[in-house]
Amino acid sequence: MKKFINNVDDFLKESLNGFGKAHSDIITINFEPNFISRKSKTKEGKVSLISGGGSGHEPMHGGFVGHGMLDAACPGFVFSAPTPDQMQAAAEHVDSGAGVLFIVKNYSGDIMNFQMGAEMYSGKNDSIITNDDVAVEDSTFTTGRRGVAATVLVEKIVGSLAENGGSLDECKKLGEKVNKNSGTMGVAFTSCTVPAAGKPTFDIGNDEMEFGVGIHGEPGRKREKIQPSKTIVNNMLEAILDDLKPEKNEKTLLFINGMGGTPLTELYLVYDDACEILKSKGIEITRSLVGNYCTSLEMQGASITLLKCDEEILKNWDAPVHTAAMRWGM
Amino acid sequence: MITETKGYMSVNFLISQAKNIQIVIDENAAEIEALDQNIGDGDHIFNVQRGLKLVVELENDIKNLPLQKGLNMIAMKVLSGIGGSSGALFGTFFMSMAKTPDLDKDIDFKKACEMVISGINAMRERGKADVGEKTMMDVLIPVSEKLSELKSGNKDVKEGLSEIIKIAEDRMLGTKDMLATKGRASFLGERAKGHIDPGARSSQLIIDSICKSLINK
Repeated sequence: MKKFINNVDDFLKESLNGFGKAHSDIITINFEPNFISRKSKTKEGKVSLISGGGSGHEPMHGGFVGHGMLDAACPGFVFSAPTPDQMQAAAEHVDSGAGVLFIVKNYSGDIMNFQMGAEMYSGKNDSIITNDDVAVEDSTFTTGRRGVAATVLVEKIVGSLAENGGSLDECKKLGEKVNKNSGTMGVAFTSCTVPAAGKPTFDIGNDEMEFGVGIHGEPGRKREKIQPSKTIVNNMLEAILDDLKPEKNEKTLLFINGMGGTPLTELYLVYDDACEILKSKGIEITRSLVGNYCTSLEMQGASITLLKCDEEILKNWDAPVHTAAMRWGM
Repeated sequence: MITETKGYMSVNFLISQAKNIQIVIDENAAEIEALDQNIGDGDHIFNVQRGLKLVVELENDIKNLPLQKGLNMIAMKVLSGIGGSSGALFGTFFMSMAKTPDLDKDIDFKKACEMVISGINAMRERGKADVGEKTMMDVLIPVSEKLSELKSGNKDVKEGLSEIIKIAEDRMLGTKDMLATKGRASFLGERAKGHIDPGARSSQLIIDSICKSLINK
């Protein structure tokens, strides 16, 4: 394992320290229990948004704390759900009386810990669960689909509504709409290495890719030989379109997300391929996002997220945002 | 007939069990990690090891406390110090044990059974997993059912504990050919088959360690 580490046990703490120092104009890091909050207090009457999850997906979620997005984020150990006391402390810290909306990715550990946190928090609160990963089949008897990159879009879009006075119910409703209207498919070329493990999470051949990979290096739909980008992108989009079933000329947001180890040059090439394929299917791309937003440590690979957009979604997507990892309009 | 009736649960009992379990888990850490990397993401073993370390480190803070207080402190430590599914589930386990009535009296075997059963029931509710879903509940639920039977029956305790060791092992091995429908392994579909569930393995090792220490006591 080659990583910037002093001591594995201090990995998270030192990384959070650096994050806090680098973005001290936007956020504050709170330790024991760990959470990242906005530097300024939540304004009265504004619903607070709190997300969180295992670390290793940076900039998600800490990088999305700030004006127009989250009020707080609770980082767990690398790839491990945060603990209920973190959510409770974060909620007590940021709630201005309008209530707290927890944004939770659909993983058993996250669900259980957020649920307990919500039970321990005495103020008004509600939760939305993201499950945009089309690689996994959904069923009422299983854990269901994973929550992956569309969580970023949910946090941005609901964050804008909350900033503009949306109620807890309205925020939850919009979040659920964004989640329902988005689909994500991921591919990995290499594994990632969890610092505490010291070795790659899975073995993968030099000429292989994991199709439908999750954001923790957990295996996906199938192992395949690597192919030209156009073929990979086409297969990814097919899986998404099968699920989302967009109408002809439907407006969409196309989000190419890097897993951490793939350069932007490749992500833009993927964007180009995706544009061409979607255009040939009569799907209109009206907004775009390209970059490393929901990562899996140093994994090479990318995910594609397509979000069907109506006016409400577009308006809130375009609204100003000022966080460590996403900033426009202000 | 139940021969011994006392000393089946106390703060010191819990700490000494945690120390025993720590040794067993460390000895089998590589195997559990490999199982988790096959069908999960490899964090389970670290979570279990971290949890045990936290409980053992609590010794000085809790050794003179009444059982209920000690259990609550263990629950909060586990809940806030582990993370992941294991933290929530084991935290829930201890929290629910702490809620068992009459913990200020000496705990006999029946009462200890009642505590563990209530803990496992609470985990089942929290994780919403049942038997046959390739999780630690595949081991814990049958163990809890056996404890219920032992609690109300007249079987010799040591004989009962030997049966529990056997049940835990069989059920752990039984997860190998299951499809997973809960937890991260559920995302694998057919590919999860052929691998023992790491949570089932760690739970089985814990149960094995506790039962053996009681049998040899």
